[in-house]
Amino acid sequence: MNAPVNPKKLIKGATGDWEIVIGMEIHAQVTSEAKLFSGASTRFGAEPNSNVSLVDAAMPGMLPVINEECVRQAIRTGLGLKAQINLRSLFDRKNYFYPDLPQGYQISQYKDPIVGEGEVLVDVPDEGTINVRIERLHLEQDAGKSIHDLHPSMSFVDLNRSGVALMEIVSKPDLRSSEEAKAYVTKLRSILRYLGTCDGDMEKGSLRADVNVSVRRPGEPLGTRCEIKNVNSIRFIGQAIEYEARRQIGILEDGGKIDQETRLFDPGKGETRSMRSKEEAHDYRYFPDPDLLPLEFDQAYVDALAEGLPELPDAKKARFMSQYGLSPYDASVLIAERESADFYEAVAEGRDGKAAANWVINELFGRLNKEGRDIAASPVSAAQLGAIIDLIGENVISGKIAKDLFEIVWSEGGDPRAIVESRGMKQVTDTGAIEAAVDAVIAGNPDKVEQAKAKPTLLGWFVGQVMKQTGGKANPGAVNEMLKSKLGIE
Amino acid sequence: MTNLTDLTLADARDGLQRRAFSAVELTQAHLDAMAAARGLNAFLVETPERALAMARASDARIASGDGRPLEGLPLGIKDLFCTEGVITTAGSNILKGFEPAYESAVSGNLWRDGAVMLGKLNLDEFAMGSSNETSAFGPVVSPWRRPGSDAPLVPGGSSGGSAAAVAARLCLAATATDTGGSIRQPAAFTGTVGIKPTYGRCSRWGTVAFASSLDQAGPIARTVRDAAIMLRSMAGPDARDTTCADLPVPDYEAAIGRGVRGLKIGIPKEYRVAGMPDEIERLWQQGAAWLKAAGAEIVEISLPHTKYALPAYYIVAPAEASSNLARYDGVRYGLRVEGRDIVDMYERSRAAGFGREVKRRIMIGTYVLSAGYYDAYYLRAQKIRTLIKRDFETVYADGIDAVLTPATPSSAFGIGEKGSGDPVEMYLNDIFTVTVNMAGLPGIAVPGGLDAGGLPLGLQLIGRPFDEETLFAASQVIEDAAGRIALPEAWWGR
Repeated sequence: MNAPVNPKKLIKGATGDWEIVIGMEIHAQVTSEAKLFSGASTRFGAEPNSNVSLVDAAMPGMLPVINEECVRQAIRTGLGLKAQINLRSLFDRKNYFYPDLPQGYQISQYKDPIVGEGEVLVDVPDEGTINVRIERLHLEQDAGKSIHDLHPSMSFVDLNRSGVALMEIVSKPDLRSSEEAKAYVTKLRSILRYLGTCDGDMEKGSLRADVNVSVRRPGEPLGTRCEIKNVNSIRFIGQAIEYEARRQIGILEDGGKIDQETRLFDPGKGETRSMRSKEEAHDYRYFPDPDLLPLEFDQAYVDALAEGLPELPDAKKARFMSQYGLSPYDASVLIAERESADFYEAVAEGRDGKAAANWVINELFGRLNKEGRDIAASPVSAAQLGAIIDLIGENVISGKIAKDLFEIVWSEGGDPRAIVESRGMKQVTDTGAIEAAVDAVIAGNPDKVEQAKAKPTLLGWFVGQVMKQTGGKANPGAVNEMLKSKLGIE
Repeated sequence: MTNLTDLTLADARDGLQRRAFSAVELTQAHLDAMAAARGLNAFLVETPERALAMARASDARIASGDGRPLEGLPLGIKDLFCTEGVITTAGSNILKGFEPAYESAVSGNLWRDGAVMLGKLNLDEFAMGSSNETSAFGPVVSPWRRPGSDAPLVPGGSSGGSAAAVAARLCLAATATDTGGSIRQPAAFTGTVGIKPTYGRCSRWGTVAFASSLDQAGPIARTVRDAAIMLRSMAGPDARDTTCADLPVPDYEAAIGRGVRGLKIGIPKEYRVAGMPDEIERLWQQGAAWLKAAGAEIVEISLPHTKYALPAYYIVAPAEASSNLARYDGVRYGLRVEGRDIVDMYERSRAAGFGREVKRRIMIGTYVLSAGYYDAYYLRAQKIRTLIKRDFETVYADGIDAVLTPATPSSAFGIGEKGSGDPVEMYLNDIFTVTVNMAGLPGIAVPGGLDAGGLPLGLQLIGRPFDEETLFAASQVIEDAAGRIALPEAWWGR
């Protein structure tokens, strides 16, 4: 835990440097048809209280029955986090009263979680790769939703979420900056999405973070932490940490002390505020749920799930670097989403990997970002983009024309090769035609021809003029060669 | 024709089969008896129309020759079992008027087998009590009285309504539940037979929970055979309760004639508690003698952790109850008393909805699970539970087939007589029965005779896990030897 302090990470206070220490609890909604302990649907956006079984509503005498698919998803996730899978785990009750918690307790895993220690490798921009240790992953029920703004004095409760399976993924306090924290959540989200165990949709609340923040002087023991509850976007996680760290440093530098408490992040004001103090903290009276037997499976069960795991981001990145000769940066960009990586591989198949990466990252991703679309909604298919790259490679079009072609395919669709043909976008490689254009430019600019003899960099100007004459279609290599020989430039 | 309500369940079954009477006649006779016995307060809800409709359907089945195991037999259902469309209260104001949209697994099994529902039976609130005095709807009066006295006695609890109704011949048999003795103690107090099967034998689905790791359903009936017939229908695997055993249910009725020849019956010395009346001791020895005479070997055994069972039980059961009863919060169903805010609403609803004993146990349970006390109470109690279980495993491994003990430390007491000052006085009623729940074993209470005051006393047999058959066989030997107790004359009107 006491890795060497990275001076770049320190925050300057009025009285010296401070180090931020962050640990996270990520609540990831398990991708499953039914809830953790009932057969009710998990579909998002249904009419309030329509996905509620007798168990979810905690009717008298109702009993939970574990949904095996949720167990499989938790094991898959554990494997993806290179974590210890516990062949025996227990469900406990966490007792508290709240209207959106019908049972009066949440079924969770307290002492014996299904997944133990693991790790996540995180690429942090401008920093390199850090190893974030995972403390545990456990399964638990989500609560329902209380709605307080529909009636002047009453609250409404929607139990659709009540009982939906969550994985709580707890990291060790290994993060040292908001950048690291954001990169960690981004990476974790990517792993979950690769695995198909959580859709990672933060807007719908499928992924939420409780962020534990403390500060200390470099080298000193951990400070008192505050927990910022339920932060639901990666950007807000960064903002909340920045605010909270500075708040704590301010208090400490003024000679105060930090009270351990639970805080809320207000995205509107960009600040955290106290929710409840340690003294007000619930006594959850955890105890093993007597309605449920210990959750047990054998190693063969785990092995079978491991067999079926997809290639995960780290492995894919390494393969992209070795197989396609990509830079670490390009590889990271491409593997961030499984769909992007698949798209890239479809484009790169049988083509130059680097060229494919350039086109996917710079042209396609650039354009998608600009329009706020994701890869699944790309108007240009992998086959179309591949055809464009082929046309460049075959010297049928120049790189510049290719960009025009990309625009046409983006907005109008169609077969790139046919478009080039029908719209006369083919590169001119006919030397006769190129020579005519070259001769015309030379004849029309005797002064420049003279200057070029002393100043060979003027070649570029001549190339530009010839390209203009040919409507951009002349093969730039051929134009270059011919101009050089006619102008006598070496 | 003899009075139809005096028949045993088995005789009534056979009578229906022979067409000696119809299911409607049999049902009507019970409905009439119930109406005359309202002073006992055994039934909380009577369902005469449903009963007669079910009986008519049964008569049609019998006529067409496709009668099922319990076809046309009128039963009472403890009001802890949720019954679809019929108010289910668990004896509590907090569930006043609650009408489930579902049928409990156990009662559903009885209807599947053709039984007729007469109504819902009174009980201690949430099954917490040993006298049926904690019911929010008033105590049940036992059909038993001391000779020459009309002082009302308790039928025991928590299945007091079930035991009283069976003893008073208001139903042929009844469902009951047992968390610490709630089937066996009232059976012993009323001269009836009650069996708590092995934990996991009956599904808990749809039964209002008291203490999930201890609760188990079972029947109260007038004979060992009737109890065997009932349990066979009530029990069985249920995927909706993961603690319910995935085991086939034996034909218990076939086991009752097996006898006890060659069986080893253990007599645990730790059950000879201080202050136990001589009569109880004598009954116990008598029971051993009966079994011996029938060919069993009687062996003195030791169950050394017995004395810790009651205190440990009164930690584990309230702990689970405090959590199980959190759902009665006034938000979704049952009683709601409006308040200034949500916490005020919770407090008012629960204050008004729960009675004293339930509140006491919620508080005990909350306390023993609290931070800083969990290890000292709950965890230690669970360790004791493991030791109690091991005590039994050891004697069973040594070849003991069943254990014989008294069912209760005394016969029935008067209403209002016990526990008003010190609740522990009431809790001591369960001293011989709680170990069985703590160990998850089957236990049966069977009448052994009357005490000097003319009230029934029961013997308890404790079996190996899922070996209810041996209990039925051994109990039948006791029933045969003791002779069936003459149930009280209907002073309550008929």
